[in-house]
Amino acid sequence: MTAHELFDKLNRKEISPRDIITSLQDRIRQIDPKVKAYVRLSDSLHQTPILSGIPISIKDNICTEGYNTECCSKILAGFKPPYDATVITKLKEAGATVLDVKTNMDEFAFGSSTENSCFGPSRNPWNLECVPGGSSGGSAAAVAADEAIWALGSDTGGSIRQPASFCGVVGLKPTYGRVSRYGLIAFASSLDQIGPITKDVRDCAILMNIISGFDAHDSTSVDLKVPDYTKGLVNDIKGIKIGIPKEYFVEGMDAEVKTIVQEAVHKLKDLGADLKEVTLPHTEYAVSVYYIVATAEASSNLSRFDGVQYGFRAKSAKSKNLIDMYESTRGNGFGEEAKRRIILGTFALSHGYYDAYYLRALKVRTLIKEDFDKVFKDFDCIVTPTSPTPAFKIGEKIKDPLKMYLSDIYTISANLAGIPAISIPCGFTKKRLPVGLQILAKAFNEEMLFRAAYTYEQNTPWHLEKPKIE
Amino acid sequence: MTYEPVIGLEVHLHLKTQTKAFCGCSTEFGQEPNSQVCPVCLGFPGSLPVLNKTALDYGLKVALALNCQIQEYTKFDRKNYFYPDLPKNYQISQYDLPLSKNGFLEIALDGGKLKRIGIRRVHLEEDAGKLIHQEDSSLIDFNRAGIPLLEIVSEPGLNSPGEAHEYLTTLKSIIEYLYVSDCDMEKGSLRCDANISLRKTGQQDLGTKAELKNMNSFKAVKEALTFEIERQAELLNQKKTVVQETRSWDVKNLETVSMRTKEEAQDYRYFPEPDLPPFILSPDKITEIKKTIPELPRDKMLRFVKDYGLSDYDAKILVATLKDANFSEECIRLYSKNDKKPIVNWLIGPILYEANSRNCNLSDLGVAVKDLIGLVDFVERQEISYLAAKSVLSEMINIKDSPANIIQKKNLAQISDIKSLELQVGEVLKENPKSIQDYKAGKGNAIMFLVGQIMKKTGGKANPKVVQEILKRRLSNA
Repeated sequence: MTAHELFDKLNRKEISPRDIITSLQDRIRQIDPKVKAYVRLSDSLHQTPILSGIPISIKDNICTEGYNTECCSKILAGFKPPYDATVITKLKEAGATVLDVKTNMDEFAFGSSTENSCFGPSRNPWNLECVPGGSSGGSAAAVAADEAIWALGSDTGGSIRQPASFCGVVGLKPTYGRVSRYGLIAFASSLDQIGPITKDVRDCAILMNIISGFDAHDSTSVDLKVPDYTKGLVNDIKGIKIGIPKEYFVEGMDAEVKTIVQEAVHKLKDLGADLKEVTLPHTEYAVSVYYIVATAEASSNLSRFDGVQYGFRAKSAKSKNLIDMYESTRGNGFGEEAKRRIILGTFALSHGYYDAYYLRALKVRTLIKEDFDKVFKDFDCIVTPTSPTPAFKIGEKIKDPLKMYLSDIYTISANLAGIPAISIPCGFTKKRLPVGLQILAKAFNEEMLFRAAYTYEQNTPWHLEKPKIE
Repeated sequence: MTYEPVIGLEVHLHLKTQTKAFCGCSTEFGQEPNSQVCPVCLGFPGSLPVLNKTALDYGLKVALALNCQIQEYTKFDRKNYFYPDLPKNYQISQYDLPLSKNGFLEIALDGGKLKRIGIRRVHLEEDAGKLIHQEDSSLIDFNRAGIPLLEIVSEPGLNSPGEAHEYLTTLKSIIEYLYVSDCDMEKGSLRCDANISLRKTGQQDLGTKAELKNMNSFKAVKEALTFEIERQAELLNQKKTVVQETRSWDVKNLETVSMRTKEEAQDYRYFPEPDLPPFILSPDKITEIKKTIPELPRDKMLRFVKDYGLSDYDAKILVATLKDANFSEECIRLYSKNDKKPIVNWLIGPILYEANSRNCNLSDLGVAVKDLIGLVDFVERQEISYLAAKSVLSEMINIKDSPANIIQKKNLAQISDIKSLELQVGEVLKENPKSIQDYKAGKGNAIMFLVGQIMKKTGGKANPKVVQEILKRRLSNA
C-alpha cells in the first residue's frame, strides 16, 4: 500500500499507526530473508518506536541519531551517529516513524548493484537471482517488495533512479541544493542528493514536500521557496515540449528496453505532449567526467575513515606505528570497489595530473551542463531510458567494473548538471523485469517532472504490478 | 664572501571570533579538552561546514589594513593530508583564489627609514586539534580544531633577522589595533614560519631556501634566522649545497634541525571544497569593512608627532598598542601646558615602566588620567622632587589614591625653603671637607656628590635646584 493510501485510512481511523508498523514488521520478517533489502535486521527492528505517522525506510548512509549508520562498510562498523540528518529531523517533525533498520547499499554508494555491500547483495524482488540495482538497491527492493511503505535513497550518479528502474518503482533525484545533504555520509559532495523511492508519483511528491528546503547547516542547499509538489500532480501534458536526446538511443542498449522506452515515448505523444529529437552533444564524455570528479571527491571525503575517532580500527600487531594503524585499518576496512575509487581519485588529484584530469573534467562538466541549458530553453523536459538494460544477474558484472560503470550511462549527466530527474516504471521485459523511464527537467523544476510522470503513470498500468516473491 | 639573506614570513593568526570557522563551537582558550566540539569540527561522517561570516569579515579587515587587493571571487579548497589532529584528514583552506593578494606592510628600519614589505596573500583556513604525547600513547584535544586561522604570507622581501623582527612587531601592532586576534604566541594564537635563503650580495637569483618552524616567540624567530644565516653561509663558503628542507628550531640547543627534505614533502592534492560554494565579495561589502578599520599605528604615530610635537621615537613607543595609544593621547590632550614634553616623558618613562613591570597596558594600571596629570604638575611646580614623584606613582597604583593625598600622607612635599636647606647644606659641607677641596681644585662633579648627600639627608625631598644654587653660592664664597 502507498503512503497516501495509508494516510487516508489513518484519517478515516480504519487503521492505527501500530497496525501499520506491526504489519510492516511482519512483512519484513517474512520476506526479507529472501530479498535482503535491510541490513543488521537480527539485532534491530523490534526497537522501533511508534510515532503517529507512516514508517519510512532509510538508506544506510543517512545519519539517524543512535541507530547504526555504516554505509554498509566494515570501516564504519558500530557507528551510531550522535545526530540526525536534516531529512530525518524533517521526517520526524512531520510525524514519520523512522525505522531503525537501514536499507542495504553498495559500500559508500560505490556501485550499481548492491553487490559491494559488506553485508552481501540484496535481491531483486522481481527475480531473486537478479540485482536490485544500486547503490540504493536495498531501498528500492524494500519498496518493491512491500517491505517498506516508502524509502529514502541517495543519488550521486543514478543510485536512486537506476535501482528504482530495476525494481519497478518511482525514484527521484532532486535538483542539487533542493534537499539538505547534512547528515548524508558524503560520496561525492558536488553530486550527492538525497531523494525519495516510492510506489507511485503521488507518494514521491508528498515525500519531497517533507524533505525539501533550505538548511542553514548545508551551504550548498539553496534558499528557494519549496512549492507544494502535490499541486504538480496534474493528469495533463497537452502541449508540453519534450526533448528526446538522440545520443541516448544508441548501440549497446538492450533491444527490449529500447522498444519499451520508445513505446512509452509514443504514449506521451498520444497524451498530447509535443515531442522532438534534441541533441546533448557532450553526453559521450559524461561517464569519464563522472568517474574523475566523483572519485576525486570521494578520495578526500573518505580520508576521515582512519580508525582514529570512530568505526573500525585494525588491531594490528604493529599498530604502535601511526602509519601502520592507518594502513591496516583502511586496508581491512574498505572493500575492493572503495579502494579502487580512492586510488583513482587520489591519482586524479595528484600533483602533475590535476590539470589533465580533474581540471579538464570540471571544464567538460560545464559543457555538459550547457548542453542541458540549451535544450531547456526550448523544452520543458527530456525523456530517456533510465538504464540501458533491465536488472542483470548477481555476479554478472561484478568482475568487470567498466561494464558496471556503464550501467549509469543515462543517469550520470543529471548529477553532473545538477538538474532533477525521475525514474518511473514504463513496462516489463519478456522475463518480467521492470524497465524505467527517466524524465529530466531544468534545475528546481521538479513540478514539471511530477506533472509528466503523474500523467504517464495515471494512463498506464505499470505501477500497479506487484512482484511475486517465491 | 658576503651574502644577503632573503627572508619571507608566514604568519598564522587565530581570529578572535566567538565561534569556530565552520561550526557553532566556542573558541575559548584553556577549556576542558574536547569540551568545545561538535560533529562538524570533529569531522563526523555526514557533517558539513558553514562559513562563520565574522571570520570572513575579520580576515577582510586584516587584508585591507595590509593594503591587499580583495579578490572579488574567492573560494575554499581542501588541503589533503593524514594526521590524527586533523579530524577530516583534510584542512579547509584557500589555494588559488585566496581572499586577497598583493598587499604591503611598511616597517621602520634603523634610522627611521621606511621599507615596504610585500604581502603575497592573506587567506582564511581552519586550525587542527592538538596532540598531547604521553609515554606510550598520544591523546587528541579537538577544542582548537576548526578555530579560524588567517594566514599572512609575505614576499621574500626581508633581508635581516632584525627586519623580520620589525615586520612581526609592526604586524602584531596592526592586528591588535584591528582587535581581531590576541596575537599571543604562547597560547598559539600567533604562529610564524620563516623561509630563508642566502645569495651573493648583488645577485638577483634566489638561493635554495630552508623553511623554519616551531619558533614560539619573536625573539626565537630572530635567533633561528641568525643561526640559519650562519649555517647556510658556512655551507656556501665550503662550496656545499644548501638542501631545500623544513627545519625545526630547537629552543634548548639554539639550533635548527632538519625535519624533512623536499623529496619527503607531501602532495596536498588541493581541490575546490565542494561543501562550500565559491562566493563573491561585493564592493559594498569591502567598503563596509573598510569603515571598521581604525587609525592604524603608523598614521597615529605621525599624527602624534604633528599634533603634539612628539619625537618619532616617543610617538612610536606610545602607539605600540591601541590601549596605550588611547590612554596616552587622553593624557596628552588633557595636559594643559602647550609643551607636552613633561607628560610624554612621564608616559614613556615611569608610567610605562610600571605597566611593563606588571605586564599590563597603561590604562590597566587603574590610575585616573587626571591624577597622572596632577602628579606631573606637582613635579613641574617643583612641589615634589622627581624621585619622590616616582614613589608617589607606585603608591597611586597600589592604593588608588590621589597624588595630593599621598604627598600629604607621606610628607613628601619638596623642601624649597631656603632657610631650612641652608642648614642642611651647612651640615653636609662640614661633613665633607674633601669635596670642598675637590671643587676648588676644579672638579665640577664634586658639587653633584654634595647635592646627592643632601638629597639623602632629606629623604629625597630637597629641591635639588635650590640646593645646587645654595651650594654654588657658599662654595664660591668659602
